[in-house]
Formats: sequence, C-alpha cells, structure tokens
Amino acid sequence: MTDKPLTQNIIGFEGPTDLSRYQGNGGYSALRSTIGKTDPDAVLELIKDSNLKGRGGAGFPTGMKWSFVPKPDGKGHRYLIANADEMEPGTFKDRILMEKDPHQLIEGMILSAYTISADIGYIFIRAEYHAAIARLNEAIADAQAANLLGNNILDSDYSFRLHVHVSAGRYICGEETALLNSLEGKRAIPRAKPPFPQVSGLWGRPTIVNNVETLCNITHIVKHGPDWFKALGKGVDGGTKLFGASGRVKHPGCWELPMGTSIREILEDHAGGMADGYQLKGFLPGGASTDFLTPDHLDIPMEYDTVMKAGSRMGTGTMIILDDRSCPVGMIANLEKFFARESCGFCTPCREGLPWVQQILDKIEAGDGEMSDLDILERQSQFIGAIGNTHCAHAPGAIEPLASGMKYFRDDFIAHIEGKACPYTTGPD
Amino acid sequence: MPLIIVDDIEIEAAADANLLEVLLSNGVDIPYFCWHPAMGSVGACRQCAVIGYANEDDDRGRILMSCMTPITDGARFSVDAENAAMFRSSVIENLMLNHPHDCPVCEEGGECHLQDMTVMVGHKNRRYSGQKTTFRNQYLGPFIGHEMNRCITCYRCVRYYQDYAGGDDLGAFGSRDRVFFGRAESGLLENEFAGNLIEVCPTGVFTDKTLAKHYTRKWDLQSAPTICQSCSLGCNTYTSERYGELRRVHNRYHNEVNGYFLCDRGRFGAQHVNSDQRIPQAGQRNASGTYDPIPLEAALTNARNCLKGTVVGVGSPRASLEANEALRQLVGEANYCNGMTTRDRDMHQVILDVLDSHLNTPSMIEVESYDAILIVGEDVTNHAPRLALSIRQAVRGLSNELAGQSGIAEWHDAAVRELAQHDKSPLIVLTPMADRLDDVASESHRLAPNEIVALVEQITGALKGNEPSQAKDIANTLQKAKRPLIISGTSLGSTNLLKAAANLALVLSTKNPGTGIHLCASESNSLGVCLIDNDADTETLLAGKPDTLVILENDIDGRFGSAVLDGIGNIVVLDSLDNATVSRSTLVLPAASFAEAEGSFVNNEGRIQRSMAVFNPAGDIRPSYHLLSAIDGEAKTANQLQTQIAYDHSNLAAIKRCAPDENFRIKGSKVARMTHRESGRTAIFANISVHEPQQTVDAESALAFTMEGDQSHAPSSLRSFTWSPGWNSNQSIHKFQREIGGPDKTEVAGLRLFESVKSLSAFTLQQETSSNLVGQCHIFGSDELSNYADELATLIPGLYARMNSATATSMGLSHRDGVSSLELQMTVLIDDDVAEGCVIYPLIPATAGLATLNLSDLKKIDDYQAPLDPLKPALITTDRTS
Amino acid sequence: MSTIATDSPMNILTEMEIGEIESEIRHLPDRRSAAIDGLKIVQAHRGWVSDESLGAIAELLGMSIDELDGIATFYNLIYRQPVGDKVILFCDSVSCWLMDGDAVCQKIKQILDIDYGETTSDNQFTLLPVTCLGDCDHAPAMMVGDELHHDLTPDNIDEHLK
Repeated sequence: MTDKPLTQNIIGFEGPTDLSRYQGNGGYSALRSTIGKTDPDAVLELIKDSNLKGRGGAGFPTGMKWSFVPKPDGKGHRYLIANADEMEPGTFKDRILMEKDPHQLIEGMILSAYTISADIGYIFIRAEYHAAIARLNEAIADAQAANLLGNNILDSDYSFRLHVHVSAGRYICGEETALLNSLEGKRAIPRAKPPFPQVSGLWGRPTIVNNVETLCNITHIVKHGPDWFKALGKGVDGGTKLFGASGRVKHPGCWELPMGTSIREILEDHAGGMADGYQLKGFLPGGASTDFLTPDHLDIPMEYDTVMKAGSRMGTGTMIILDDRSCPVGMIANLEKFFARESCGFCTPCREGLPWVQQILDKIEAGDGEMSDLDILERQSQFIGAIGNTHCAHAPGAIEPLASGMKYFRDDFIAHIEGKACPYTTGPD
Repeated sequence: MPLIIVDDIEIEAAADANLLEVLLSNGVDIPYFCWHPAMGSVGACRQCAVIGYANEDDDRGRILMSCMTPITDGARFSVDAENAAMFRSSVIENLMLNHPHDCPVCEEGGECHLQDMTVMVGHKNRRYSGQKTTFRNQYLGPFIGHEMNRCITCYRCVRYYQDYAGGDDLGAFGSRDRVFFGRAESGLLENEFAGNLIEVCPTGVFTDKTLAKHYTRKWDLQSAPTICQSCSLGCNTYTSERYGELRRVHNRYHNEVNGYFLCDRGRFGAQHVNSDQRIPQAGQRNASGTYDPIPLEAALTNARNCLKGTVVGVGSPRASLEANEALRQLVGEANYCNGMTTRDRDMHQVILDVLDSHLNTPSMIEVESYDAILIVGEDVTNHAPRLALSIRQAVRGLSNELAGQSGIAEWHDAAVRELAQHDKSPLIVLTPMADRLDDVASESHRLAPNEIVALVEQITGALKGNEPSQAKDIANTLQKAKRPLIISGTSLGSTNLLKAAANLALVLSTKNPGTGIHLCASESNSLGVCLIDNDADTETLLAGKPDTLVILENDIDGRFGSAVLDGIGNIVVLDSLDNATVSRSTLVLPAASFAEAEGSFVNNEGRIQRSMAVFNPAGDIRPSYHLLSAIDGEAKTANQLQTQIAYDHSNLAAIKRCAPDENFRIKGSKVARMTHRESGRTAIFANISVHEPQQTVDAESALAFTMEGDQSHAPSSLRSFTWSPGWNSNQSIHKFQREIGGPDKTEVAGLRLFESVKSLSAFTLQQETSSNLVGQCHIFGSDELSNYADELATLIPGLYARMNSATATSMGLSHRDGVSSLELQMTVLIDDDVAEGCVIYPLIPATAGLATLNLSDLKKIDDYQAPLDPLKPALITTDRTS
Repeated sequence: MSTIATDSPMNILTEMEIGEIESEIRHLPDRRSAAIDGLKIVQAHRGWVSDESLGAIAELLGMSIDELDGIATFYNLIYRQPVGDKVILFCDSVSCWLMDGDAVCQKIKQILDIDYGETTSDNQFTLLPVTCLGDCDHAPAMMVGDELHHDLTPDNIDEHLK
C-alpha cells in the first residue's frame, strides 16, 4: 500500500495512464468489489469515518455533505458532478490528476455516484484544459467499453452515465451553484443557499458537486479503509494532499504529501527554497483567495484548522510565494483586477466594490495614492469581506489578500503614498 | 403567530413571510431595491441588510439580508446596529460609483426609489475618483425610454419581464459592472405589459416616453383616482395632468383587481385625452354640411328644441352610469336604449346572470390562486389584457406547492423556479388561433368557435358521466383540481360560447366546490349599462327611424353600420373625440373625457367603481351627464345622478357607497389632488394673461384642485397619489397596506354588486349564426378610444387574412396574396396554427363591417402587392430626428 | 410568437453543426439547456459566433436571440466578434505576474503590433488576457489556439509565435 495513492500512477511514469496500466496497478478493483456487492450506505459510512474534507478550498467534510442527499424518490435523475473548473490563480493540481491518471477520477466518480444513488455524472472542465479533456474522453470511452461505466455496470443493477462538459470560460463557474447554472446552459450566477444542491441542484434535482482531487481520494478510501486514510495524515486531518508552490522558488511544482506537512517542509525541502537572489516576504497558502502569511508562519502544519487559526485558509494547498523584490501592492492590484473582472455582476459589494478597490490600488501603485485611500480600502474590506455580506464567497475571497496585505505590508503602501512612486524596481526581474 | 424581536421590540410575524416584509409592514423604514412585493426576493442588491443574532448570548451577530431571512419564533435582529447602518450606507455609496449625476435632468427625480433610499441611509459624500461605466441606449418602441447609465443592476427589469410577464425579448447581457439590460437589437419591446417596467425600475433607466414628451415632475402633477377605460376589467389607475394636459397614467394598487400592474393599452392609451381629434366646442351643421361653432348655451337650447317629435336616446357601454342615466332621464325610460348590438346585449346578459348566481366569480387577483384553468374561446391577452398576467401567475401554483414540499418559501423566487423547472398547473386553451398564453399552456386546441362550444358541451357531459375521450381528460383535470376555473368572454362574439362555459361551471361546481368562473366583458361599462337597461333593443329602436336621435359617446356608425343613421332628421351627438358618427350629426356637443369628469363604472366582475375627475375640461367641454341634464332643464351633479340611479335601480344601489360623496371631509379638509410640494403659480400662462387666475373650485366632489387638503388619511377610493414622508416613489404604497400585498388600510375601493346565492339553472343554447371568419382582438387596435393615442396608433396592425395551408388551398390562395371585402384589402398569411376552415382578420375600426360576413364574402385580388408584414408595425429603429 | 414561416436554421447552420447540437440535446432535459454547447459547437466550426449564427442557434433551440445572446455575452470564451486564425490567451494572473509575465506580454504586443482585444493585420493572431491557466510551475504561460506554451521569456517568446 502506497503512501502516495493519488500520484502512484503518475510519478515515475512517462505519459498518461491508460486503462490497461490503471488496471494493472490495481485500478477498478475497488469498483469490482463494491458495485452491487456493498450497500451504498455502507460506503457512505466509510467516507464519513475517513473524515475526508473537500479539496477544492472550502474543506467541508465530504461524508457529511453526501449524507444530506435525500433518499431516492424515483421522480427523476440524481447527479454527481466533478468540479474540474480549476481557475483559482496559483492552482494547478487538478490538471495533473486529470491529464496523467484520468481513470482515478472516473473510478472515484462511479463509486461516489453509487453511494448517493446518482445515475448521471458530469465532469465540468475548463475549456483551456485541452489535454485533460482529450484524456478524459478517451478514458470514459474505454471504461464504457469495458462495462465499468454506463448501463448495468459490471452486470449489476446499477447504471451511471458520465459526460464531459467543457466550459465557456469565467472563473465563477468554479463556484458550485454557478457551475450548476452553467451546466443548465444559463449565465453562471451563483444561487442563494439554502436550498442546497443536495435538495435542489442540477435542474432542481438532488446533486453533489465535489472537487476533482476529493473524488480521486474516494477509490483509495474504499479500497484501504478509513483507518489507513487517517493514518496517512501527520496531524488532525487524514489522507494526503497535492501541495504546490509557484513564484520565485527554485523548483516550482506540485507534490503529494501527508496532510499536516509543515509549510517550511513544502517550501524548503520540495520547492528548494527561494531562488537565488530572492528572500521570502510572504505567501498565500492556498491560492488567490486566501490571506497572506509571513515567514513567521513557516512552521504551521498545512491542514485546515491550523492555517485558519493563523488567520488564513489552506484553500487549494497550492502556495503563491511573494518574494522581496516583487511589489506587494502590485501583486494585490493584480489579484483585485482578476477578482473584479471575474465578478458575475449579481450583488452590489462585489460588482461595484471590487472595481473601486482595483482603481485605488492602481492609483497607489502609480504613485497617485493618498492616505485617505487606505481608509477607503479598509472600509471597503469590511463592506465586502464577510460571508453573508455578499451573494457568494467570491468577493469575500477577493478581500482576503487585500485585508491581510494591508495588515502585513502596510509600510509598503505608505511608502508608495509618501514617495509618490512604487519603491520596487519596475516589476520583478 | 411567531414572535420575533427587532431592536428589543417584539413583533408578531407571519410564518411564511420574510423579514423584510415583516419590517416594512410594521412601519420600519428599511431600504431595499431588488425585492418586489409581487416578485419575491433574490438577494442581489444587499441593501436590506440587518444584523441577526444566533442566540441570546450572541451580542455580535452577523449581517444578513432581511429579504432572504425566514421567520422563526424567537429570532432576534437589529436594524439600528451601527455596523448594519454602515453596511447599508456602503451599499448606496458603491451603487453611486457608476451612477451619473443626473438627478436634475432625470425623469425619475422626485419619485425615484434610488433617491429615497440614498437619503434614508444617509450617504452623501462622493469619494470615488475613477471613471464611470457608460452604455449606449436602445430604441425600445414608442412607449418606453432607455437610459442605461442610470442602472443600478438590481435585475428587477428582467425578473419582471421574463419571469413575471413571460416576455423573452429583454435580457441581461455581459457581466461584472458592465451588465446591460435591453434587447439583442433595438426595437419595440413585444410584451404587452412592458410598460410596467417604468414602475418596476427603481431608477430612471426605463421611463415613460408619453410623459417625457410633455414632462412634469411628480410633485407638480395634479392627479385623481381613475378607472381605466380600455377594457372591461376596471383596473384602478392614477391619471395625472398639468396645465390642462393629461401627462401620464400610473398603476393604482388594488389588492383584488389589478394589484401592482397594468397593461400597456391602459397605461398608454389614455393619451386620447390629448388628441387633436378632441371636439373643443359645440357645432351646428349648416346647409353646406360643415359645422358652425356655437356657444354652449345656444347649443343646449338647440338640443332642447330638437326633442319635439319622436326621440330615441342611445346610450353607451363606454360612458359612465351617470351619463347614461342622464340620457335616460332626458328621453324617458321607454325611449332609452343602451347602445349595444343585440348580440352584445345577449352576451352581457349571460355574464350578469352568472354574476348574480351562486357560482364563485373570483376577482382578477383571486384568479392567481386557482390551480386548473380552462379558457373557453377568450383571447385574454388582447381583449382583457391584465387578466393574462394573473393567469401567468396562477399556473405557478404547482411550483409553489412543490417548493413548499421541499421547505422552500414562496418568496424565495429563484429557488422556487429552479425546483419546479417547467412544471406548471394545468392551463387548457380553446381558441381558433395561436394564443399569447400558449407558452404557459399545458394544452392549446385550435377549434372554430362552434367547435369550441361543442367541445365544452362534451366536457360538461363527461363530468356527468358521458364518454368522449378528449373531453374526458379535460373533465378529469378540472374535477381533480382543488380550485378549477373556467374563463370565457365576449372576444369571439358568441353568446353560445358564454352559455356553454357557464353550463360547464354549473355542473363542475356540483362535482367540485372550489369551482370558479371569470367572464370577460367588452367595454368599461358594458355591464353597467345593461344594469341601467337591457330590455330595449337599440337596433329595433333605430329601425323605427325616430325624428331625433340623441347619441351618447357611441360610434353608432362603426358599431351598427352607417345605414342605421340614414333618414333621421336630427342627430344630436355628445362625444369627446371626432368619429364617423360625429360627422353624421346635425348638432355636436363637446363631451368631457374620463379624465375630466367623475363617473361610475361596473367592471366584468360586477364591481362598481368610481373614477374621479383629474381636471376640469377646457372651454365649453362639459361632462356628458352635465350636458344632458342641462338640456333637460337643470344641470345636475354626478352625486345627484348617483342618488337618482340608486333610487331607480335597486341593483345599482351600491353606487352611493362605492366612494364618499361631495360632502365628505377629513376633519374639515377635502382630499388634495396635488402634492404639498406643487410649484404653485408659474408664468406659463403669462402670454395669455398676467393676472392671477381664479382658484379652480371643485364643487362636485370631495377632492380639491389644490394642494390644500389631506392626502395621507384619504380613503383609497379618493386618494389621488401615493406618497409618504421619505417615500416619494411608488414604493410608498406599502405604507397604505395592512400587510405587504394585502388590502388598503382604509378600505377596499369599489363594491361587488352581486353577493347573492341565487340559484342558476343551465342556459339553453340558441341557434347562432356562427361564421368561420373570425375577428382577432389586438391589444393595440381593437379598443376605440386608445386608438386615438398617438404613440399607440403606430402599433395598430395592418389588414391581414390568416388561415392554414389547407384552408388557403381550398380557397385558391397563397401566402401574401390579397383578398378583399367591403372595399378592404387584406394580405393573405399562411399560418398553420389556425383552426381548420377558419380565416382570421384583425378587429380594428376599419374591419367593423366584417362581423356579419363569412368566408364566401372574401374575394381574391388580382396583382396584389403585399406590404412588408402587416402583423408588425412599420420598421422603426430610432426616434432620433438627427 | 408568430407561427408564420420564417427562415429556418437549416439554411444557416450546416448539417454537421446541427447534428452535433442535436446529439448534445439528446442527453439533456430540454433543448435550451444546450445553449452553451450550441454556441461552442458553432464557434468551433467558424471561429466565432456571428449575429446570424446566433439567430440560427436560438431558433434551433427554441429560444429568443435576446435570451441566447445574454448567455453568450456572459462567457469570455464565446467570441461575438471575428477572431484571427489563432487566439492567444495570455495568462495575466498572479503567478505569471510574479514571474515577469508583464514583460513577456509587452513583447508580444510589440512583435505582433496589437493590443489586448485586437487582431493582427494578417489575421493570424488575436490577443486576449485569460485567468490562470493552471500551469503555475511553468509560469509565464499562454495558450496559442489549442496549444499550451510555457516558461516564456521576452527573449524566447517569438519562437512561440510561429
């Protein structure tokens, strides 16, 4: 039993994993021993016991999420959806999983669908992931031909058909209810919750949306059990996680490591530390919509609660590293430009508030800022930055790097304002 | 009833309401934009934020949107908490980033919901130094102006237009702070209820073009409570004027009749009051056939002198009860007829018999609670338009039920729609041609009028146990509904249709006590004049060729054909607008329009309602009741005639009680027609005279032509405009409701005349000449008065003859050929969604004569050049002249 | 609203396009759910979605053009204006920015002589910004048509534009 279940078919292999290599390495054995043999409720218990938490950024316990799906009413379809709309800046883990080992996702989806009695599945994948789309389509065709997918899987009573739906762009499609609206062929505006997708999801039917990495874990938990899974983690959370680092580090990349690995270990041992000539100034631990942390936080274990206690979020687990030669104001301006651009336009704080924040940051970066601009940024942060103030989590996520950036890098902001110029060289070089 | 605590005060709250509704109903001034009382909540604008506490120990709480918050017993909230107030102020501040500094030049100013909410939250300093998003505007037709720069992206317009009114040519485009609300291409907004956008939009994006051409600030408008004259539904309106010119018509909330919305014909059709076809003074026809203008007194004398010899008085279903009664008094009971065709009289008698029976006859808003509807041959959207909006809400009954089963509240609009998807309560439509409601109908059957009658009789039979299968399915659907509704009306001109519908309702009501029937009449006072007198037959009395005819506001020439006026020596006509009958008159008297005279009208549910005068007519124009009673010897007031009516007609006794009379006062004050911010004296008439004009006195009603008077305590039948401190826009209506969407705090205006439980037996259908040449009503075109409104007139369709391919082939016709009849040339249009064997033509004034003809009267025209598309108005893409 | 004969989508869309769209509709609960699929399919064939194509797709799906265009204009990868033979989607998100993406973008604009939103005069390339391409360990990155290009520098960028 490997301690790197998610990448066991990826690391050390050339090319993507096809059906024969996947099965040769033990793939689809969990499926064979479960479909029609194990009761779906028993599988649900395994997932609940494992305490697997969502790997898309929110960290909600997967078993609990599934348990809210009502019992089948026989009145229509039930859906399982893989959120493969990976567009969170700094995040590049799901791409690798789908390009290099598509069957892992597929087997995980079939098992998950079986557990919640879903009969139709979608992989909602961003349009730019051409290679992954091709691999997934091939894999689905192969699985179907081998009676692992489609009608009467493995000659059981259970049928599940799986489609790849390619998006037409827009980051907000990664928000699960906006994703549902997009799948329905509409503008991708998020929905108010409650009601939750488990009760009224795709076309009003019971639906579960899970992140790709989450679903990739399912097969392994079913195969090896919750205790094995829990033991993989170093701290409170079980399992492994694809952690990553990008920015001015020696070896930017993505590595499967135990949950609870310290930030220092990821940064120094795997990413090789900062590139020559650069010092660590700060980092976003889990993608663009997480709060900054500083070198003081390097020994924090990467798991959900510990990072939250430090004032940030583990998010997607792929870190964005801010070096000492890149301007924090410029970085935050880049982030807010992205968040403002990707607003769906539904609610006031996001739609109107984020462009104002962007305008002020651009002004400060250009050397035209005033101290009163900092007051506006603070007031806007309070206005926009709490869940409940806005229609969805997009804008509060946008405020996380801003509010934390103003806290930790306030001196830089003031230097721009007082010096009437950006004190960093024109961009990093 | 659950109790909630708001800023330490206990409030009783309905379990199915949302927190915003509860707060507003309890007089708490809380700002909002995207919530609408008729459309529920979506949580977009974030303006209605309050603080909610998790439990007793929680003293921090968190922001939540009151419109999206359900009521639970014991829940604790704060409106006044500092962080909530700051949040609400930030919402306005952020909306103002892109909002233009338009107030001084924006039409909405003075009754702008955005202005009101801005003042309410206290935001006043602009800190934004960036650029504003701007948009290009579109031409949306002759009624509605478009100014997108003012948009605050509340999404109300598309929610109303698409979800509530069923329109599909207005959408939201783009994303982020560049969302555009408009059409894919400039052009007429096709939905018949688009005009409500003017009131639904909380800013000045969608504005009233008919007002814009003679713009007036709300505070300068003089208004009165009026009844729309464009059909029989009797929607309540506020009509407003300034300087003797009608400026606009707005919705007047009535919880049973029209709710919050009007149709476009009613909203924009009243501009006929300003038509240049208005008759300004009396005219005596001279020997050469033209008219000599004569002073009013002389005209009245001339009229009096005509009354020697035999006299017939022809009343009108579009004139008030007071005017009809005055005519009846003038010519005598035996010589009065109500001016309707024999067929119309028969049809309306059926409607009266049904109203005066034990059958449930729900109001228009009550229709929304019926869960299975059968429409028998009535083109609701074109003939009784506002009812179609109610039917669109009624079919959502199933969605609300499904949502309720999943614990989703009715006000959670998007969630209800998502869960229910396309599921709707059954709506079955029986009509000869495609119907506007087909998009929400579960079945729509194309049948000639007599076939509809036959099918309805089969359904009735099926209920009794007989067999035919299509009828049996429909019968089952109606029987197993909780509240099945039969809708029919006079649009196809068939008495048998109404009788068959009523007979069905009679049998259905014995199987299902929830049964209701709603019948659409023809004109604003059709039922009223039948109650005055439905015994005399106009055609018969006219055929007697009396010496003198006195015609009240009725285009006899159009209605009965010009031959009926031949050979009659004296024709005295009272009307407000020139028409064919007026040009046959020997003496014409200038009658006031509905906006210039008080009048009582009975709508299709037998509700008697009072329409008040907005302003006094100019020059010699007088209310018809005044002219007629003056001819009779002494000019009477409306109140005096109301007393007379109550005395003479026991079934109209309620006329005295449907609104307070001229003696009504509120602590000594009359009710003001003008706001207290009215600009008072201006220099506008300085070119005529610089002297102080005399104060116009209203001696006939409890209203005053001044700002001096009460408004806030007026009963709803007299209230002339809705305003409340801090609420200058139409949103102020909630201050006058007992609860959101409920009855007025003072009274429910108007009175249902029939509350009897008189038993009704089945009607016997008579032999009826049924033609397959079927007139189709058009919302723009079929109503006589509204056709005189300039903007509306541009939308009257051309002449067409629509038929399916088989019918065309049998008549030797192809698409875009021409056929003629009675000197009319009509373009043939092949439309396979027309019943077998039927030919459809537009019911517009030009085609009045076709009513008595049939298919064999259509002759093919050789070498016919068809115009572009007679169904659409001439292509207009802009109203810019430069 | 009117049921009178109008120009059929069969006259504007190809048999193949209609076939592909109908095949998507087959596994959906109603026709209008294929709105985004329909737009993408036609765009895959024609490079962009013109007003005429949009009208035909709307007609095929039983929607109004206003409804369909409201959907089309929401999504940044549906092109409602003509684009060049290849669309360059240049990542302007934070990880690429940290790795000097701005300098690479400047160079592209210089070499091709266009700004964001514009097309080269020989119609070869249209340049558009895009959100994080999920290739952050090889930043800066961009797509040229369907191909991913990464580890870009101002010096090597012209190789990637061939």
